[in-house]
Order: sequence, then structure tokens, then C-alpha cells
Amino acid sequence: MSIIRASRLGFDYIKYNDESEDAEKVKAISDISFEIEKGDFIAVLGHNGSGKSTLAKHINALLVPTSGTMWIDGVNTAEEDELWKVRQKAGMVFQNPDNQIIGTVVDEDVAFGPENLGISTEDIWSRVDEALGKVGMLGFRDRSPNRLSGGQKQRVAIAGVVAMRPECIVLDEPTAMLDPNGRREVLEVIRELNKKEGVTVILITHYMEEVIFADRVFVMDSGEIALEGTPREIFSKVDELKKLRLTVPQVTELAHELRKAGVEIPEGILTIDELVDALCG
Amino acid sequence: MLIELKDVCYTYGDGTVYEVKALDHINLGISEGEFIGLIGHTGSGKSTLIQHLDGLIKPTSGEVLFEGKNIWSEGYDLRSLRTHVGLVFQYPENQLFETDVITDVMFGPKNEGLTPAECEARAAAALRQVGIPEELYKVSPFDLSGGQKRRVAVAGVLAMDPEVLILDEPTAGLDPAGRDELLNQIRHLRDKRGITVVLVSHSMEDVALYANRLIVMDEAKIAFDGPPRKVFARYRELEKMGLAAPEITYIMHALRSRGLRVDTGAITVEEAKRSILMALSNRNSMKDGPL
Ligand SMILES: Nc1ncnc2c1ncn2[C@@H]1O[C@H](COP(=O)(O)OP(=O)(O)OP(=O)(O)O)[C@@H](O)[C@H]1O
Ligand SMILES: Nc1ncnc2c1ncn2[C@@H]1O[C@H](COP(=O)(O)OP(=O)(O)OP(=O)(O)O)[C@@H](O)[C@H]1O
Ligand SMILES: [Mg+2]
Ligand SMILES: [Mg+2]
Repeated sequence: MSIIRASRLGFDYIKYNDESEDAEKVKAISDISFEIEKGDFIAVLGHNGSGKSTLAKHINALLVPTSGTMWIDGVNTAEEDELWKVRQKAGMVFQNPDNQIIGTVVDEDVAFGPENLGISTEDIWSRVDEALGKVGMLGFRDRSPNRLSGGQKQRVAIAGVVAMRPECIVLDEPTAMLDPNGRREVLEVIRELNKKEGVTVILITHYMEEVIFADRVFVMDSGEIALEGTPREIFSKVDELKKLRLTVPQVTELAHELRKAGVEIPEGILTIDELVDALCG
Repeated sequence: MLIELKDVCYTYGDGTVYEVKALDHINLGISEGEFIGLIGHTGSGKSTLIQHLDGLIKPTSGEVLFEGKNIWSEGYDLRSLRTHVGLVFQYPENQLFETDVITDVMFGPKNEGLTPAECEARAAAALRQVGIPEELYKVSPFDLSGGQKRRVAVAGVLAMDPEVLILDEPTAGLDPAGRDELLNQIRHLRDKRGITVVLVSHSMEDVALYANRLIVMDEAKIAFDGPPRKVFARYRELEKMGLAAPEITYIMHALRSRGLRVDTGAITVEEAKRSILMALSNRNSMKDGPL
């Protein structure tokens, strides 16, 4: 059974106007259907305002569809009694870590989630240690989160979700504020959770290089899924992606440019090794 | 020299058990019209450093000079300094507060005492520069997507018409086209109006493309300061500091080690393409050449 299933899902934000009685609707998602299998690594791309965050919030029932249906592990997210179940299955890391850090000390912040699961104190702290270790923040456990720099906060936020051991993690631009090293570390953490522990991952990102690790890529455009495929399939469509306000990894772009200039190399090159082999093989 | 930092040190929580030394004897001069890329690992002190440039943070020791004057000397007009030096914060969306987009962007010009019509014209121009369409002018900033909020926040600073524009990771959260548009716009402002730009970024690709000078922070100190090509040539050292070179640099080194005689100093796709095409045609002409 698929862990996430959306059937003709649509969502409108409703804005109430102060002056008049009418409510105004903003269509953020229109009529999309898809299935995600347990253990999949899905990357979601799309221009600003294309509906990525709105879709993500449906996965842990922060939003419920205004039309169509969303199921998480067979549970309909619109059923209010099942809310807690859905939230436990699907953890979420948001775009801005400032809004999700609650504790006054780093390790307390990470403990906050597991504390609500009713497990032993000992278990809680071993989970906190493990999670902090995975994001490389063990050395900061006694610090105040407010006193961390942007990138450090982002890692603490991720540790908070990892400590819940959810079946599925949705990450909404988790690496936007990290330095290259931090980005690599966090991606490694995400990939390990996916590969070793079978956690289903939905990664929203504007960094094209992060997408090459995904099993499948969804490209959103104005509330719809415009393209879907493996990273290689998606990144072979350089010109189409540019029309959708996206791009491709630098190595893919360089290969594409060389091809246009008459060099005989295949389309959809994703790694440096592939390009080097194509040119020097 | 437009801005000068002389032996600046800054310690958060000075004198407490939580002391963090964020800047350690920084000496730095910024000239008019420069486009500076400021890079460094997370926590290296970039945000702390730039907040010294517009007087938001007072150094624990050392001096900050703007046009030769110490901004912390008695009677110095810090408010006026901040109209010359515009700063876009790292999470600027946290600073949005007005009821709608256009009013939010008009806030800065209003404080400068411009007429409502002038304020609105400035705000509209700034919103156009960041690619926010008119349909969104009357929308609440809280009802925007992440990237849209960021554009509005950047517009808020552009509307002040600053001579020095400091941007703390302005492109984080923007879609690739939006990133290019914003940085092109800033380059255009610099070329046309001669403004000075300091761009803090974790994208080595972006600073390689736009900056003409790179400053690298490492553990509260300036590790390197020079033209991007020169700085990225030291990518092994950069890696030890939690940074990297643009992907292009790695491609060029990999090609070179496989015998293709490319320029390993190339740091943009365009430079790399030219160098590879030339190397390939040289290789082919050697193969086909007379024996
Ligand atoms: N709270 C809200 N109220 C009204 N409209 C909203 C709200 N949040 C988002 N929108 C609108 O819904 C659409 C989709 O927004 P969403 O945040 O899902 O985009 P996104 O793909 O995550 O964008 P980004 O890359 O900028 O984060 C946009 O047009 C946005 O303006
Ligand atoms: N308000 C604060 N109180 C105490 N320490 C702080 C505060 N803000 C930052 N620090 C610490 O000062 C150091 C420098 O932080 P700063 O925010 O300048 O780094 P940065 O280079 O901007 O990092 P990032 O790339 O993550 O944004 C870090 O060790 C950080 O933890
Ligand atoms: Mg979003
Ligand atoms: Mg910072």
C-alpha cells in the first residue's frame, strides 16, 4: 500500500475581506493525483508560489483538501479523530527554522517531540543524543537556540523531527540557509534516514543538485504537477525547466551547452564523473 | 575608502558564561562601487560583521568608519547612516508587518519624509525590480509564499535607494529564475548607479558569477580576501573551512587530471564552456595533425 495517496486534491486559501462580506479564493493546488510508496525519496521542485508548501502541509494534515482526498498510510487526513495518527506518521521541517524552535536549550528543544510520545525519559534522551549526533550538533546541546546562527538553527529543527522517528519526513527547503558543508551533511542525514531506516522522504528544494539523489521528481507549476520522472528524465529537459523558472545542476547545464556547441555527449548528464567520461572516455 | 573596519572585535554575551567571540580583529576596507561576495561557514561571523556596517551592532573593541568618520563617535547620526546603508536581513520575512504589500514597502521612504505619492512610486519601482506583480500589492504579506515574502522584504530596502546595499543571503528560498533576476537587478543597480554591494551567500556559484571581490570568513576571522578566481583556486583550503568551490571548478580539475588541457581557473559555466571547446579542438587538431 502506498504511504501517501492524493486523489484529485485541490486547495483554495480563503481570504475574508474586512470591508465586504465576500470571501475571496486563492487557488493554490488544483486537482492533482499521485501515489508515493513507502521508502521512496521524492523531490519537489517548482517556482515561488507554485504550491509546494501548500502540498507539503497536506501531508501532515496542517491543511486539509478543499476538494479531493489525501490519505497517509490509508488514513484520510480530513478525519479529525485521526489527526494525531497522521502527525505521528509524517513529520515536517519547515522553510524557516525560527518558527519551529520552542525550547530554551537545544537538547530540550529536540526532546520536545518525543516527550509527547509517552516514552521513558531514558529513551527520550537517547533519541535526542542520536538525533543531535546525526545533524552534527551534539556539541551545541546546552546552547540556547536563539543564540545560534541561521544554519545551526536549521540543523536543530531537523533533529527535532528526526527524534520523533516518523515513517515519513517532509522537508520544506531544509538546506536553504546552510553552508556547502552543512548542506552536504544534512543531505547525507536525509539519505541515510531514507536508505537505512526506510523513512519516506519528501524534499522540497530550490537547489537542483540536491535532486539527483531522489527516486522521483515532481515539478510543480501554478498548483499542478507539470512534470514527473526520474532526475535524469527531468534534467534532460533543460529548456522546458527554464520555462518553468527552474534550472539544472551546473554540470548538466555545462554538458547541455557543450552539446549545443556540437560536442557529442548525451543529454541529461548528472554527475561530474559522467561528464568527464563522456569527454575523455 | 567608503567603509572601514579597524581592528574590530565583537563578543556576544561579553563577560558572561555564554561568551561567543564572533569577530576577532577584523580589518577591512570597502570602496565605492565594489561588488563584494562574503562567504564563510555557518557561524563564522558573516551576519555579525555586516550588522557592524550600518551600526546595528557596536563593536566590543575597534572602530567602524563611514566616509572617514567613526560612526560611534559622539553626536554621529546613526539614523542617517542607515538611510545610506541598506541592509536586508537573513530572514527578512520576519520583518514584514504592514497590512498589505505596498504599504510594507512604503515604510522606509515614509520615514525619510517623502510625500505619499513619492513613497508609492518608489515602492512600486522596487516591487517591479524584484518581480512582484501588481496583483499582489494589496495582499497581506502573511498570505504570500516563502519566496514572495522574501522578494517583498528585499523591495523594502531597495525602496530606500541606499548607496550601500548589504544583502544577507537574499536568494535563499528564491526559485532559480528569481535568483538570477534579483542578482542581475542588483548588478544592474551597481553598474548604473554606482552603488556598493555586499552579498552574503552560501552559493559559491552565485558569488563566482557576480562578485568582483570575495571575502572569506573562518571562525570569526578573515581567511581570504581577493578576486573570486584566486580565492577559488584555493578550494582545498576552503573545503577545510566548510566551504567549497563552484561545481565548475571541480569539473575543470577532473578534466585536467584526465589529460584534457582546460583552464582550471574557470569558475562559471560560460568560462568553462569556452575553455573546454578550445581544449577539445586543440586535442582534435593534434590527432589529425601532420606526422
Ligand atoms: N496563507 C495564505 N493565504 C492566502 N494565500 C496563500 C497563503 N499561503 C500561500 N498562499 C498563496 O498560495 C500559492 C501557493 O503558495 P505556496 O506557499 O504553496 O508556494 P510554494 O511553492 O511553497 O512557494 P515558495 O517556493 O515561494 O515557498 C501562492 O500563490 C501564495 O501566494
Ligand atoms: N544573538 C546572539 N547571541 C549569542 N551568540 C550569537 C548570537 N548571534 C550569533 N551568535 C554566535 O556568533 C557566531 C557568529 O554568528 P553569525 O550569525 O554572525 O554567523 P554567520 O556567519 O552569519 O552564520 P550563518 O551562515 O549560519 O548565518 C556563531 O557562533 C553564533 O552562534
Ligand atoms: Mg514554500
Ligand atoms: Mg548569518
